[in-house]
Amino acid sequence: MTTLKDTAVGSTVKVRKIGGEGALKRHIMDMGITKGVEIYVRKVAPLGDPVEVTVRGYELSLRKEYAELIEVE
Amino acid sequence: MSYTIALAGNPNCGKTTLFNALTGSSQRVGNWPGVTIDKKVGRIKGTDSELVDLPGIYSLSPYSPEEVVSRNFIVDEKPDAIINIVDATNLERNLFLSLQLIDMGIPMVLALNMMDQIESLGDRIDVDKLSEELGIPVVPISAAKKQNIDGLVTRIMSVAEKKQTPHLMRYDEAIESLAEEAEKALSGKVPEENIRFYAYKLIEDDSLVNERVPGARDAISVSLNALEEEYDDSADSIVTDNRYEKISAIVSESYTKAPRDERGTLSDRIDKIVTSRIFGIPIFIGIIALVYFIAMYDGDLGQAPGAWATAWVNDVLFGEIIEPGLTQWCIDNGVNEALTGLLVDGIVHGVGAVLGFLPQMIILFICLVILEEVGYMARVAFVMDRIFRYFNLSGKSFIPLIVGTGCGVPGVMACRTIESEADRRITAMTVTFMPCGAKLPVIAAITAALAGAWWVGVFAYFGGIVLVIISGIILKKLKHLAGKPAPFIMELPPYHMPRLYSSAKSVFDRSWSFVKKAGTIILLTVVIIWVLSHYTPSFEYIDENLGDSILAGIGGVLAYLFIPLGWGDSWELASATLTGLIAKEDLIGTLAVVLESASDEAEDVGDILAQMMSQSAILSFFVFNMYCAPCFAAIGAIHRELGTWKHTGIAVAYQCLLAYFVAMIVYVVFGTINGDAIEWYSYMFAVIDAVILAYLLVVKDPFRQLGNPGGTEE
Repeated sequence: MTTLKDTAVGSTVKVRKIGGEGALKRHIMDMGITKGVEIYVRKVAPLGDPVEVTVRGYELSLRKEYAELIEVE
Repeated sequence: MSYTIALAGNPNCGKTTLFNALTGSSQRVGNWPGVTIDKKVGRIKGTDSELVDLPGIYSLSPYSPEEVVSRNFIVDEKPDAIINIVDATNLERNLFLSLQLIDMGIPMVLALNMMDQIESLGDRIDVDKLSEELGIPVVPISAAKKQNIDGLVTRIMSVAEKKQTPHLMRYDEAIESLAEEAEKALSGKVPEENIRFYAYKLIEDDSLVNERVPGARDAISVSLNALEEEYDDSADSIVTDNRYEKISAIVSESYTKAPRDERGTLSDRIDKIVTSRIFGIPIFIGIIALVYFIAMYDGDLGQAPGAWATAWVNDVLFGEIIEPGLTQWCIDNGVNEALTGLLVDGIVHGVGAVLGFLPQMIILFICLVILEEVGYMARVAFVMDRIFRYFNLSGKSFIPLIVGTGCGVPGVMACRTIESEADRRITAMTVTFMPCGAKLPVIAAITAALAGAWWVGVFAYFGGIVLVIISGIILKKLKHLAGKPAPFIMELPPYHMPRLYSSAKSVFDRSWSFVKKAGTIILLTVVIIWVLSHYTPSFEYIDENLGDSILAGIGGVLAYLFIPLGWGDSWELASATLTGLIAKEDLIGTLAVVLESASDEAEDVGDILAQMMSQSAILSFFVFNMYCAPCFAAIGAIHRELGTWKHTGIAVAYQCLLAYFVAMIVYVVFGTINGDAIEWYSYMFAVIDAVILAYLLVVKDPFRQLGNPGGTEE
């Protein structure tokens, strides 16, 4: 199971499923990360966390611990 | 006719710019009840109607106070219409909120903003198609360039007048039939026009809807479970997926994208450097240093604008013009001595000391507002988050702390931008641990008192950081501060040129807030302290020998508290600490007077202190005053953030207590190493304090709160 956390910088992946629950999962989805959407991993912050991704045409930063909840292919 | 129009939209979509363009100077700022979120209302220019600015939100879930406030406003206050402002360059995510607003069944217009940028990108949007698919009028505008604002006003007025509700949008059949069932279950229990909104929220298992209509969800549970089985996912995910699918379809039909520059947008290229591994942090340090330099620097290389202006206000405007002028006027008009003293030394001097900060603050605000408008602050949070995460806060807490090293008041005010309420409150309570500009004279005096110990200044900053970290850890264990931190998922909006009007307005608003604080709280407290220090307990006015004053009496009583810290039973030190509440540098001024020092220069005050107390006692005096309650202006700012006097009182009490504990430990440790004479009870207190602190830091649930056995939630 590959997650967004394991995805290398510069690659584009497709979301298969979103884990987690409640407010966190909802927030992730509200921001546009839903099943089937494409995500481009742009960079990692200087200190290693969070990551910056491009989704639905805009830039989003999220912590790796949340990225781990997003299953991709 | 006078309508009430709500303005809703995502953060960073130009909502504030649009609000300013529509309402101009008629806007008033208040508070949404029950939360510390600003509520802006204004009259739409050229009409009799009111525009209510709802907080920037990404969705209408029940999870954040901003979303709840917005939903409740629409459902309970029933505005006549909604303007949904959407960032055209970020259409898909913005439309997610739009779809939920459409469900509310209220007359609505979509203001498609940033059309000027669409044009420069070479993209095209088929506005008519978009309007047809969404079922609501769509008006293209550019709030920043003031294009078609009139068109928007005309449209929204017409929509409100005709009560033109949105055409229904249909999702997948499976979900729509479930929604129909839900509507039946809700019929009669919720306002008819909003029923579709409620139906979908019911499907999503929305906690607030479940509260309003208990048991309704059970009525649809059979079909709901079937749906969840079929899709192999929870109902709210199914609905959200569905909305985005619909959005993708709509956007692909109405939006034509021009080929993009291979190198990426300008923002991307800037960010390549600004948030890069190599340059990210050095650039950040450089920018903060520059801001601080412009606002605060007053050293060997000369005076920076901020410091110069403050010195001018204090020394020239007040010191040479206003105070002597007023004194002379009083003498000429035979005003009695006590009253003159109250007016000049008390009110004017006290308020003046605080207003003296104003130039520095304005400059600091200008720098910060520019950084915010440009979009750099989001990058700071991104870069710094990792460190803060370790201490249970988020990267967004960093800016207020930095600002606090200039002045605590704008530092606390900068906490406004932290979304997580828990983080916001904790940061607001700890910003003042960072040594502010006013504490610099104190650092200078103590350095002199300790025979030029250069490390005093460094110690102050380092100690501040340590206390912020300790507080982050301890306070997070308090149930009411631990709950529901917002996940760190943050948009990084494109950079853009700061807009003159918005920026100027922001700076003005913040500065004016500060002045009002000075005019009210500080005025009151300055008068009180002046009276206390110039009257004996038998209400005789005294000008010298302040040792007979009420303040001295109070100081004498308080002094007992400070004996274990090695201060001796000195009312002078205790009283000086009290006057530090007006402005921290008053500490030095007061000491100079009550200790009858040659002047209030650092060396002279330092000398006297060195003669009075042991070195470790001087250090404990220093530590306590550095970290105890901040000046009244800062307390006022904290009150504005925390909302109630009770919470403000708790925050201040916490700071004083922590300062006391730390001062005690420092006193004992330093004193032992230094060979100073320490009383046995000081050792005892130090040990007790250390144990308590260790307990609070290490134990998971030190406050033994019911129903919170695990301690920290996240």
